[in-house]
Amino acid sequence: MQTSASKRGVLPGFGLTMGYSVLYLSLVVLIPLSALLLNSTGLTWEKFWDVATDPRVLASYKISFLTAAAAGLIDTVLGLLLAWVLVRYDFPGKRLFDAIIDLPFALPTAVAGVSLTAIYSQNGWIGSLFEPLGIRLAFSPIGITLALMFIGIPFVVRTVQPVLQDLDAEVEEAAATLGASRFRTFRSVVLPELLPPLLTGFALAFSRGIGEYGSVVFISGNMPMKTEIAPLLIMSKLEQFDYAGATAVALLLLLISFILMLLINSLQRRVRKAAR
Amino acid sequence: MSKRLKKGVLIGLALTMAAVLAACGSDTEAKNGAKNDGGKKSVELLNVSYDPTRELYEKYNEAFAAYWEKEKGQKVTIKQSHGGSGKQGRAVIDGLEADVVTLALGYDIDAIKETGLIAEDWQQKYELNSSPYTSTIVFLVRKGNPKGIKDWNDLIKDGVEVITPNPQTSGGARWNYLAAWGYALHQNNNDEAKAQEFVKELFQHVPVLDSGARGATTTFVERGLGDVLLAWENEAWLSVKELGPDKFDIIYPSESILAEPPVAVVDKNVDKHGTREVAEAYLEYLYSEEGQTIAAENYYRPTLESVKTKFADQFPEIKLFTIDEVFGGWDEAQPKHFNDGGIFSQIYTPK
Amino acid sequence: MAGSVPLASTKTSTPRNRSTRSTGAVKWILIGAALLVLIWLIVLPLAVVIIESLKKGLGVYVEAIRDPDAMSALKLTLLVAVVTVPLNTIFGVAAAWAITKFNFRGKQVLVTLIDLPFAVSPVIGGLIYVLVYGAHGWFGPWLQEHDLKVIFALPGIILATLFVTFPFVARELIPLMEDQGQQEEEAAVTLGARGFRIFWKVTLPNIKWGLLYGIILCNARAMGEFGAVSVVSGHIRGETNTLPLHVEILYNEYQFSASFAVASLLLLLALVTLLLKSWFTRKSQHQS
Repeated sequence: MQTSASKRGVLPGFGLTMGYSVLYLSLVVLIPLSALLLNSTGLTWEKFWDVATDPRVLASYKISFLTAAAAGLIDTVLGLLLAWVLVRYDFPGKRLFDAIIDLPFALPTAVAGVSLTAIYSQNGWIGSLFEPLGIRLAFSPIGITLALMFIGIPFVVRTVQPVLQDLDAEVEEAAATLGASRFRTFRSVVLPELLPPLLTGFALAFSRGIGEYGSVVFISGNMPMKTEIAPLLIMSKLEQFDYAGATAVALLLLLISFILMLLINSLQRRVRKAAR
Repeated sequence: MSKRLKKGVLIGLALTMAAVLAACGSDTEAKNGAKNDGGKKSVELLNVSYDPTRELYEKYNEAFAAYWEKEKGQKVTIKQSHGGSGKQGRAVIDGLEADVVTLALGYDIDAIKETGLIAEDWQQKYELNSSPYTSTIVFLVRKGNPKGIKDWNDLIKDGVEVITPNPQTSGGARWNYLAAWGYALHQNNNDEAKAQEFVKELFQHVPVLDSGARGATTTFVERGLGDVLLAWENEAWLSVKELGPDKFDIIYPSESILAEPPVAVVDKNVDKHGTREVAEAYLEYLYSEEGQTIAAENYYRPTLESVKTKFADQFPEIKLFTIDEVFGGWDEAQPKHFNDGGIFSQIYTPK
Repeated sequence: MAGSVPLASTKTSTPRNRSTRSTGAVKWILIGAALLVLIWLIVLPLAVVIIESLKKGLGVYVEAIRDPDAMSALKLTLLVAVVTVPLNTIFGVAAAWAITKFNFRGKQVLVTLIDLPFAVSPVIGGLIYVLVYGAHGWFGPWLQEHDLKVIFALPGIILATLFVTFPFVARELIPLMEDQGQQEEEAAVTLGARGFRIFWKVTLPNIKWGLLYGIILCNARAMGEFGAVSVVSGHIRGETNTLPLHVEILYNEYQFSASFAVASLLLLLALVTLLLKSWFTRKSQHQS
């Protein structure tokens, strides 16, 4: 006890906060999620394997992960730009700008799906521009990616923004005084500091994208093997009252995203240590 | 350290319990209130239904409440719940305390029956397979029918795009699929292989499989995708009325399926609530002249002769087959066609 | 590890318009690009919502919002937010404190577990509560015996919303507090400050923006959540329908404009919370 306490430092409240966090986490997340694991009536290994290796299920995983990763990456770049401009510059309408970024959270995902489809379908504002080029935006993986970008962008902006706000301008100024070019300052002083929140933002946008259902079903077209996402397959299995199958798909999805996020989180930690 | 950990756990427990109990408490109070006056003067029913029946039941609930008050002097309030048919069925299974269910297909009520909430013979309790009103599957095409679509076999012509929701996620869309199958079967002397071929070809003309009926309608109407929308007759009429009489025509194929959205009393729940009498009367009254008229006004096909003649113009006579005749009921049709590994999913499985 | 970290320098809130700031062309190019992204990615879809909601005229719009079912859905949505946001905020602060101020084994796993609800499909987020509290779930029979309703009633909706908005505050605070290290708090301890006071006087001022962001995001998502709540709500009109569910119902009833009108009401609610934040920001800037 003594040694562990001293190793943990002098700050108080570890027991209290840790105990509460773990308890609350268990009550709200872990116990219900374990129900998914344990309550899978009729889910044998065989059945699990059957479901997991079904070509249609595999295809849906591929689509879900690829589109979520693409959306996460694009969001990371665009989100950095938005956060940068918000923190570093003053311009008219900035407050409104700032407020609008959160609105994708507040819009029910189904509404987002319907309006995004309206924009990107072949007779929509943007979709009609691409139609002559033979590029189909809605009802294709591009459409899914666009929907996931909309859902995920606030995550990146809102994780980068506070850190950027906290970031010391003086370090940059020192670098600049020492003759570093603006780009170099950004690359070697600012970016290392921003890498951890950027990774977090990516991880959040990405993982949110994997599970997203409401907005995607409208724009994806749901063609099996082509644009069918994994959460839709879960729904379709539930519709057959096939709880075991639905659980199998959900479990695998959960497991893969958990591992991916664990990787991203430890990567983020390593980056942070390296930056110090 | 462990002492503090304990403190954290205790505080956490207290906080969470307080919040949940507060929520539970307010809920039970409301429930008890309803129970106390549930005996004599007034009674409450919960009708769990599927999506496009809201207008129908809004009108019908008013009519029934008036009728019941006149008959029994009891006030009845009917609460409505609408959603996808399968989802609603699951909700009742998982504890949504519906007094009556009015769903899109018998399969979903059968699933509730499996858990013992509804008696085995529910489909014999009321006339006509417990389906007071019916519908069928028709084609919605763009005004003037530019592709000249008259019947099912026109759907697989080159260059025709068909919009239908996914039968695996939409209960309503299962009727679409079965209608096409039945037609092909009758065209080919009941040759199952030919029917399968036809349905497969039909779905190759489907560019987008929406997850629900309303999504498919939006794709067809707002996005301008496809040449023909397969829809329930009542929904086709509704979309023409709501979305533009000048934009669409309804085409009746030579034959189609008789869609029977059935109704049932949830026995366990009505016995628990003490609402059996009023719940049974509620469904019974759907067969009355007034109930049938309301159904017809909401574009559902009435089953009572007198009302049928009155609305003859609205519902053209076409050849209709039932699911029992052609498919041997839902018990057979569902696993054979729609479950994973069934004929529908084979269409999309790469060989 | 703690010793090797340089002491956090004092924060300055002076306007950043010195020579090193990118000025002139670069600034405006970046702002322009950001605006373009914002308009394309976020404003356009929102514009569709507003345009669609007003397509049939203001009358339909007002009627859709004044509808008693819409009003009861609004009340329910607000109630759910009022319960879930504080609960998740307390958790977020506690978890961030434990994670960033101390070293312990399994930290990575804990952080990832906190993120997990983001990765869980909302449909599953609802389903798990059905598996626990539903009629055939673990506690189902017990609940029925005692005539308690969780699923298809308010508690279920609150639980599902808690789950979906679970990580927001913690997620916002962890990177921020990690960045700030624990020197300031340790200094406070050396100076004799204790327990909660340290948090209140030293930590909170440093994290207040992150905390506020977290709360706002949590709130926005709590009000807008659709998938998970849809599974546990039971969709009883005027009783267990939240605003997003009401939107869906109207949409399914071919009431396109009305459904978008109600959706725009949700946007309005979000804007109100954001304006509150804006007001807070300005007030605190005046003070400092």
